[in-house]
Amino acid sequence: MRISLFITCYNDTLFPEIGIATVRVLERLGHTIDFPYAQTCCGQMHYNTGYQPEAVPLVRRFVEVFRDSEVVCVPSSSCVTMMREHYEKIAVASGDKVLQSEVAALLPRVYEFTELVVHRLGVEDVGAVYPHRVTYHSSCHSLRNLHLGDVPIRLLRNVRGLKLIPMEAGDLCCGFGGTFSIKNPDVSGAMLEEKLQYIQKTQAEVCTACDNSCLMHIGGALHRQRANMRTEHIATILASDSEFRVPSNGAR
Amino acid sequence: MSDLPVHDPTSARSEILSRIRSANGKIFGADREPTVDESWHTIPRAYRRSGYLADPGHVQLLTERLVDYGAGVYQCQSVDVAAKVEDILRSRSKQKILVSSDVDSNWLSQDGPKFVYDDAFSYSEIESCDGVLTGCTVAIATTGTLALCHTFDGSRRALTLLPDYHLCIVRASTIVETVPEGFRALEAHRLQPITLISGPSATADIEMTRIQGVHGPRVLDCVLVV
Amino acid sequence: MSTLPTHDFKDSRSPDFPAAALPLLQDTQLRSNVRHATGVIQAKRAHVVGEMPDWQALRDAGQRIRAHTLEYLDFYLEQFEQRCSAAGGHVHWALDAAEANHIVIRLAQNSTGRVIKIKSMTTEETGLNRALEAAGISPVETDLAELIVQLGHDKPSHIVVPALHKNRHQVRELFSRTMNLPDLGERPEDLAEAARLHLRRQFLSTPVAISGANFLIAETGGVCIVESEGNGRMCLTLPRKLISIAGIDKIIPRFQDLEVMLQVLPRSATGERMNPYNSLWTGVHPGDGPEEFHIVLLDNRRTEVLRDPEARETLHCIRCGACQNACPVYRQTGGHAYGSVYAGPIGAILTPQLAMMERGQSLPYASSLCGACYEVCPVKINIPEILIHLRGRVVSGRPKALRALHPEAVVMRTMQWIFSNSTRFSLAQRSGRIAQRPWIRRSGWIEKLPSVLGGWTRTRDLRPLPAQSFREWFHARHRESPLTSNRPEAHHE
Repeated sequence: MRISLFITCYNDTLFPEIGIATVRVLERLGHTIDFPYAQTCCGQMHYNTGYQPEAVPLVRRFVEVFRDSEVVCVPSSSCVTMMREHYEKIAVASGDKVLQSEVAALLPRVYEFTELVVHRLGVEDVGAVYPHRVTYHSSCHSLRNLHLGDVPIRLLRNVRGLKLIPMEAGDLCCGFGGTFSIKNPDVSGAMLEEKLQYIQKTQAEVCTACDNSCLMHIGGALHRQRANMRTEHIATILASDSEFRVPSNGAR
Repeated sequence: MSDLPVHDPTSARSEILSRIRSANGKIFGADREPTVDESWHTIPRAYRRSGYLADPGHVQLLTERLVDYGAGVYQCQSVDVAAKVEDILRSRSKQKILVSSDVDSNWLSQDGPKFVYDDAFSYSEIESCDGVLTGCTVAIATTGTLALCHTFDGSRRALTLLPDYHLCIVRASTIVETVPEGFRALEAHRLQPITLISGPSATADIEMTRIQGVHGPRVLDCVLVV
Repeated sequence: MSTLPTHDFKDSRSPDFPAAALPLLQDTQLRSNVRHATGVIQAKRAHVVGEMPDWQALRDAGQRIRAHTLEYLDFYLEQFEQRCSAAGGHVHWALDAAEANHIVIRLAQNSTGRVIKIKSMTTEETGLNRALEAAGISPVETDLAELIVQLGHDKPSHIVVPALHKNRHQVRELFSRTMNLPDLGERPEDLAEAARLHLRRQFLSTPVAISGANFLIAETGGVCIVESEGNGRMCLTLPRKLISIAGIDKIIPRFQDLEVMLQVLPRSATGERMNPYNSLWTGVHPGDGPEEFHIVLLDNRRTEVLRDPEARETLHCIRCGACQNACPVYRQTGGHAYGSVYAGPIGAILTPQLAMMERGQSLPYASSLCGACYEVCPVKINIPEILIHLRGRVVSGRPKALRALHPEAVVMRTMQWIFSNSTRFSLAQRSGRIAQRPWIRRSGWIEKLPSVLGGWTRTRDLRPLPAQSFREWFHARHRESPLTSNRPEAHHE
């Protein structure tokens, strides 16, 4: 299958290794990746912060860029949530009937990365090797909007050498919330403080998730505290095997 | 009677109704297709509207729920009610019991405590009784609820409110399993005052610790007549 | 009593959410109390909801009953008025808080100079107690938690459990002092007994009671009060005159609709299958209860909320408080941070709307949009959706001159401009890599960011922008890609 990758603006800029890992996993499963360079951002930041009209051109852009894709892979639950929960509404509000029908036609072909692998490609063992103690953080979007359920867990269970440690209070928000972390840094920090207690209680080496937004927030605090735990997006774990290590950015 | 208000009583009313009509008119259009009734009937009611417990499952369930609330629960046959009531009241050391008019006189034994019927009692006269004995219009098993429908002549609300002890006699035939069934049974009484009692009074306002008996009867006993 | 601070949403001096939250976050006793209480209620709720195989069907019905009612609100209010009046009740209408208070005060005058009250968020909303006192009438709160709040000259911090922020020791100290009980025990039972005796005297000697209402039933003209302690029954039954205040959104169509509401409300509010007492009455019942009954129907901007098709769902609320218990933000701050009688998720959407979006503008942003509230709302109010919508109203509601110049708006416009062209986007990435250099510490991470971004680095480090973005990596790898869509140049701008 030819899979189009929507890397997301923040992964592209801050976490390119996620894209590298996603490409690796999908190619390992025998598929071809294309990356339309015209892509930029899904519009979530603008939309969620109250700048809804500004999101419309970004919706248009996304639809134009991926209109002819067979399947679109997005390694970010929050971006897929934006699309599934709001793109139709935005298109209707714009009054543009063509945009509405294009959004309706495209959305069923858009998948979050782990959804794509398990539901669309039908694979739960991607041939990964990652001998570490790992705990999984279910981001609010993956939990309550995409209803990923145990899809990421099923993938992690098949990773050779990986010891999966369950986390208590798994449905508690980590406190990132996009611009919330900037506009309400103290409350965001307090929420993170509590969440970290549960994360660190697992004594895992790695905390993973389907969203780098949460991981940036959690990982940033773990690093500040000089904790023994680091964060890794699930794509990185699934890409690891005996031949391939995701290139680090030297900032660890 | 209260005196007339100083402001114009109709202006707020017409203003509010006009605002509502304007808001809804803008959103739904001025002439809506379905009538109020028709629209009400489109409300989806896929929730359980009847029970599926077989007899005597609902008696069992009600008993469990009442016990959970800390109420005393007893069961007996119709012929034995008077004796059972006398027993319970003796064990609770009750000597003067106010009786609601929905209590069958056959349920009042001659020996045992003094039974009095409400005769326009003052609040302190009501309080001088050790407890109150009532029947029950319908009982809901799932929630352990006793529904009392009040009448001014013999079963007014104050009777079950002021005394510290309430003994309620529930005929098994009036027990239903679900809340919707309960409300169906109450439909005929919907213009009367109704009190739904689900356990003795309680509060959880201090550190979320459930404390029984703030106001209202602190002790509740039930006799289920099977 | 009359010197309560007015930090409610009507007061422009009310600090915004982040500022109000800060001192509360530092109050470890409060945070611990809130965490304990919300944890307990949440566990109970989960248990009793888990028992209900038809829970989702009940939520669907609850949502539709409320939506239907609002759609025909004028009809139902008029029907209620007609039926209640026919049963001997007096129905009053109040456009705003001041009018409601005025009506109540006039009706509440009596020789004892006192009224007994059942907890009512609506009376908090209108500031009734302050108004009564100003008129020389003492309101006596009879709910244990309200009594605690009143005796402590405090403000409620939770819709259902207003004294959530106080523990038993704090309550014991308060009662001992105000009820003159130096030997008062510390167990919750001792405290409840003290309250019982203190209040029984009030119930039996006060001729006027004031209540709110949980539900008004249009079909019968009846009122339903949902409670646990029995003080409601006392106030509704014993006095000579009863005055109830209810928002116009409290109405439900028919008696039968209670079968849905009384299943979802107790389970959601206190995690019980049914709360101890539910009282229903219609107008006046001669020989049983008050001889005079008045009900005040309050608008206070609810009709404004009705006008917004994206946000009118806010009025579906049945005041269960489940959203507060589920909210991870509320969990850290408690209710006082919201600066309003309505706190937590429902407060974040209701308060600014009741203030015509002129105040409480920080409230729609007081959320990480985690969705836990929507999950537990018994009438399916899509709170995250409404929060986002209200954020849009805050932004578009700025004065025209400010709209363009607001720093946040400038950033957003710049970002949109960058995102509208992928070459620009790549350039911005490269510029960012250069600009960040002075901020990167020896560890390789950024430990301090300037100005508004400094909030991030107060508790977190930030990984710097890496040397190569993903698109640069992909481009390097696929220089000879045959597909036109993969060439950087071939795209619309």
